[in-house]
Amino acid sequence: MSLLQYDFMQRALLAALLVGMTAPAVGVYLVQRRQAFMGDGIGHIALTGVGLGLLLDRSPVLLAVLTAAAGAVVIELVREHSKVSGDLALSVMFYGGIAGGVMLASQSEGNSNLDAYLFGQLTSVAPEDIQVIVILAIAVLAVTIGLRRPLFTVCQDEEFARVTGLPVRALNLLIAVTAAVTVTVAMRVVGLLLVSALMVVPVAIAQQLTRTFAVTMATAIAVGVAVSVSGTTLTYYVDAPPGATIVLIAIALFVLVGLLTAPLNLRRAARRAAAVSSAEVDVDVAATVGAQRRDASTGSSGTMSGTSPAPTAVEEEPR
Amino acid sequence: MRVTRPDTAIARTSAPTAQVDAAPVVRMTGGTAELGGRPVLRGVDLKVFPGEVVALLGANGSGKSTAVRTLVGLVPLTGGRIELFGTPHGRFKDWARIGYVPQRTTAAAGVPASVREVVASGRLDRRRMFRLGRADRTAVDEALAAVGMLDRAGDGIAHLSGGQQQRVLIARALARRPDLLIMDEPMAGVDLASQEVLAETLRRQKQEGRAVLLVLHELGPLEPLIDRAVVLRDGCVCHDGVPPEALGQHALPGHDHVHPHADDHAHATPGLLT
Ligand SMILES: Nc1ncnc2c1ncn2[C@@H]1O[C@H](COP(=O)(O)OP(=O)(O)OP(=O)(O)O)[C@@H](O)[C@H]1O
Ligand SMILES: [Mg+2]
Repeated sequence: MSLLQYDFMQRALLAALLVGMTAPAVGVYLVQRRQAFMGDGIGHIALTGVGLGLLLDRSPVLLAVLTAAAGAVVIELVREHSKVSGDLALSVMFYGGIAGGVMLASQSEGNSNLDAYLFGQLTSVAPEDIQVIVILAIAVLAVTIGLRRPLFTVCQDEEFARVTGLPVRALNLLIAVTAAVTVTVAMRVVGLLLVSALMVVPVAIAQQLTRTFAVTMATAIAVGVAVSVSGTTLTYYVDAPPGATIVLIAIALFVLVGLLTAPLNLRRAARRAAAVSSAEVDVDVAATVGAQRRDASTGSSGTMSGTSPAPTAVEEEPR
Repeated sequence: MRVTRPDTAIARTSAPTAQVDAAPVVRMTGGTAELGGRPVLRGVDLKVFPGEVVALLGANGSGKSTAVRTLVGLVPLTGGRIELFGTPHGRFKDWARIGYVPQRTTAAAGVPASVREVVASGRLDRRRMFRLGRADRTAVDEALAAVGMLDRAGDGIAHLSGGQQQRVLIARALARRPDLLIMDEPMAGVDLASQEVLAETLRRQKQEGRAVLLVLHELGPLEPLIDRAVVLRDGCVCHDGVPPEALGQHALPGHDHVHPHADDHAHATPGLLT
């Protein structure tokens, strides 16, 4: 392959590969907790770190990691303490993150601009960047795959996890910090505004095809790698921004899979409906409708948190 | 106040029951709790002994769920104390011995998960976070078989009916092989077959000398298995003894109960739950 003879292209593809693996690996837990918007929020907060870096003339990436991690911890604590009004508090934080970043960057001297961070600058990834990205990606994969059982348990049903004696708060904070690291790693590839798409859309694609969590996670990672590597490759031939290319490919795949599986799912539902008693059908239909609504909400998670469902791990128990 | 187990409990069941002096598995004394600044529990005394099946009854909003949630640490006590297996609640670490089935929630989350994956999550605790071995798989299979869901193990949880999801949540708790099984309204919206499954589960649990605390609205087919009923009203215990007769359909004619403790309240029991 001719494109591999260029060093910058090798680095770009390696970065895309790693981001394509890590983003869905974390994203699957966020989607499982119905917090698909978290990646966006952390991305917004990371922008303040970037602005700070530009202002202080320090590494924007390092400061973005630190700011995003601190922001993610605060988000987690807000979520833990206020199940209901947390949604608004988080939105305010996210807006503050963008506004702060823009303000700080505008105060810095020189021709610094935020575009590279907002939309990614994949082809300018330097050799030392690659080292950092490799190390962080290994750490993220070690956490998300190595701790998959306890993380699954916490994200599936947080209250139950608490009763099992698992260190729920530590695990929640770990997810938050891991998401923050992933966001800042992926920032170089797709940009802060589109980071969340790479965390969520592969999961949304995968879960149309799967029934178990393990397979969903594996499929999402495979899809993430496929879209980010193919998108990056495409930008070598076509003059297009890599972040937007990757995300558009992913969304096209999402629609395609949706179209292909819809008749299949309908037929399966019909067969089931015919097989079970009428009492059970009602429940099934309700469950299917719920699942579709969930799909819709993950699909549109590129929006701000204000429009996202309230961050609850399980549905409120009826009183 | 010492709550003695009514003698009738022994007469009513053939399974080996705990001795009266055995240390209680659960002991709540004067438990008070608040939700949203409102007192919900106002001095609850509750004991469960090994091998005993205790029903916690009461009207909607009487505090049943809150009571069991304080036991498992989901709601903090504002007063009183709890001991689990003889250890004060704050120092209790052995959560592997407790299985909890929450009041009907959906078992599904935002990402597909199979029945087996959800039940297997019941095997985890602070010491077992990583690998699940052969013993864990056996326990999961047994729990699935106990609720009649083994053939659905590979299915997605979101594709199950409400009653089937409830069975999965019970299996998740059973997979821990708990010495104390706490279930919050496992019978709500469950068909006759599932009720039988549940009754069988309770019978086995009891035979193995493990304790069960059940939140129920009516005793129904479980009635013969219940050793003792504790009735809450407005966050206070208003009955602790044999199941109130207004609740059991077959209210034990021919049995001559001697239950000194319950006698004080016997006249208050009809209509307790309305
Ligand atoms: N989150 C909450 N905030 C404030 N009050 C609450 C909250 N949850 C429950 N309550 C109140 O606490 C009281 C006890 O609730 P609880 O859920 O323990 O009742 P319950 O006996 O389990 O009822 P049910 O039979 O309906 O399950 C109720 O009066 C309810 O209004
Ligand atoms: Mg309740």
